Amino acid sequence: MGRPSKLILSFLAATTLAGAPATAQEKTDFRVAWSIYVGWMPWGYMEDSGIMDKWAEKYGIDVEIVQINDYVESINQYTAGAFDGVSATNMDTLSIPSGGGVDTTALIVGDYSDGNDAVILKGEGDLTSLAGKPVNLVELSVSHYLLARALDSVGLAERDLDGVINTSDADMIAAYTTDDVQAVVTWNPLVSAIMEEPGANKLFDSSDIPGEIIDLMVVNTETLEANPAFGKALAGAWYETMALMAAGDEEALTAMAEASGTDLAGYKAQLDSTEMFYDPAAAVTFTESGELPDTMVSVAEFLFDKGILGEGAPSADFVGVAYPDGSTTGDAANVKFRFDTTYMQMAADGAL
Amino acid sequence: MLLPFAALFIAYALGSEARLADNPQDKLLPAPSKIAETAGRLITTADRRSGEILFWKDTFASLQRLGLGVAIAAVTGLITGLAIGLFPYVRAAASGFVSVLSMVPPLAVLPILFIVFGLGEVSKLALVVIGITPFLIRDLSQRVLDIPSELFVKAQTLGASSTVIALRVALPLVMPRLIQSVRLSLGPAWLFLIASEAIAADGGLGYRIFLVRRYLAMDVILTYVIWITLLAFLFDFALRRLSQRLFPWAGEDSL
Repeated sequence: MGRPSKLILSFLAATTLAGAPATAQEKTDFRVAWSIYVGWMPWGYMEDSGIMDKWAEKYGIDVEIVQINDYVESINQYTAGAFDGVSATNMDTLSIPSGGGVDTTALIVGDYSDGNDAVILKGEGDLTSLAGKPVNLVELSVSHYLLARALDSVGLAERDLDGVINTSDADMIAAYTTDDVQAVVTWNPLVSAIMEEPGANKLFDSSDIPGEIIDLMVVNTETLEANPAFGKALAGAWYETMALMAAGDEEALTAMAEASGTDLAGYKAQLDSTEMFYDPAAAVTFTESGELPDTMVSVAEFLFDKGILGEGAPSADFVGVAYPDGSTTGDAANVKFRFDTTYMQMAADGAL
Repeated sequence: MLLPFAALFIAYALGSEARLADNPQDKLLPAPSKIAETAGRLITTADRRSGEILFWKDTFASLQRLGLGVAIAAVTGLITGLAIGLFPYVRAAASGFVSVLSMVPPLAVLPILFIVFGLGEVSKLALVVIGITPFLIRDLSQRVLDIPSELFVKAQTLGASSTVIALRVALPLVMPRLIQSVRLSLGPAWLFLIASEAIAADGGLGYRIFLVRRYLAMDVILTYVIWITLLAFLFDFALRRLSQRLFPWAGEDSL
């Protein structure tokens, strides 16, 4: 190490750059990230088909939609400031960006899981037979939440199991075929692949807790406030695509099916267990319903119970969540997660 | 020697301060004081659910896997290396096989390991063993081949059998090399250990890092990374001292 000073200087520069926070201001170039999931496939189609460019042009901005292979990494990248928006569930939005102090707005409530996530046992039995068995799942994910809700429904708790074993979603299907694995919790398209195995027994799925696992497009609140055009362009492009899907446009659906590694029939089967809000008015109604705050409170309690809200989080109420009518749950002085129906309402009114 | 460490620390502290000034709850670059606080809590506080202190549980689980894996690999490497180096018949049969085998990237066969050994402890041990054994075999057999043949001829004229030659001539000469090879293998061994724990586990240092990555708990991740680095450094140091103590004649280099 002959010239340490030069090394230090370049390192300082690199770290300071990595540490440069994203600042909110008026701008024209936006980047949003998405990852593969049945309800998010429209984002890829919007980029490829030019629908996004068309709407961005209408508002004089540029929006780039980037696919990220790893779901958690896409949220981490958004939280770090590399993207202006990301596709995420309500639970992960609360724990990662909002728990990390990044004020985040749910711009589009796209769908909720209505059977896409499932608890699967090998062989005969019901939920009570999970007692004393190990369960393989992606720990701290919506699968973990689904398991907690499932156990709760029969008066069991996680401590009644022989532990949960953190297993990567990429290895879930291979894991299921090994002798050690007795039960798994996972999501589509993995659920449909595992259900094809002989003896796979679905014990509980998200249609038993409808409306609790919600798939969103979340954006940085400050960026959105400074740039309403960004919100309008995203909502406009999204609901144009939703109209295509609702009309059963084969070309669009086939493109989405292929991008998610299945065929048209397989994709339609996954859509059947997804409650898509094709109609913006339905998304607005759902977001304004009185059940959403209850869901968010139980999600926050689950996250706190598992220590996911951060090691130092003092209670489940540590992060505040705001709803369209102005009410909040959690800490009203620390609102970092906002459900906002403004742009979905504009789409419903045809005002985009 | 301390200067680069100090520079790294200062650079980190500056980057952290810049981000925290903008968002006090930023998780990406937590302040050094926050990391120290988290580390203190991890080391001393029991988990809400299980009542165990997860930090020590993870450390114990990982060290057990690492220790067993490296021990199995070292014994296998030593015996096979000696056999290949000493006996031409074994060499003809096995050395080509071992060279090809050592080219198989262990992480690429991980899905096969799962199916053969299941998701439990065995497949994690197997990954560590498969990851470093071929290197140890090749290195040690080469070391045996490098022993001047005069030594073997002398032993043979004195009436030594093959077993005696292996145990009294070759073994003492390759032992220092074994320790050095194990030292070099420890880096890859940690890599394979953490990779196996990342995929399916319910405890371990690698498991915890990949688990809390899900909610960007950088304070926990950095604590574990520092701890792993410290452990790895201590093992390396201990092995070096062991080698100096046992084989002072081997003239170990200073690294």
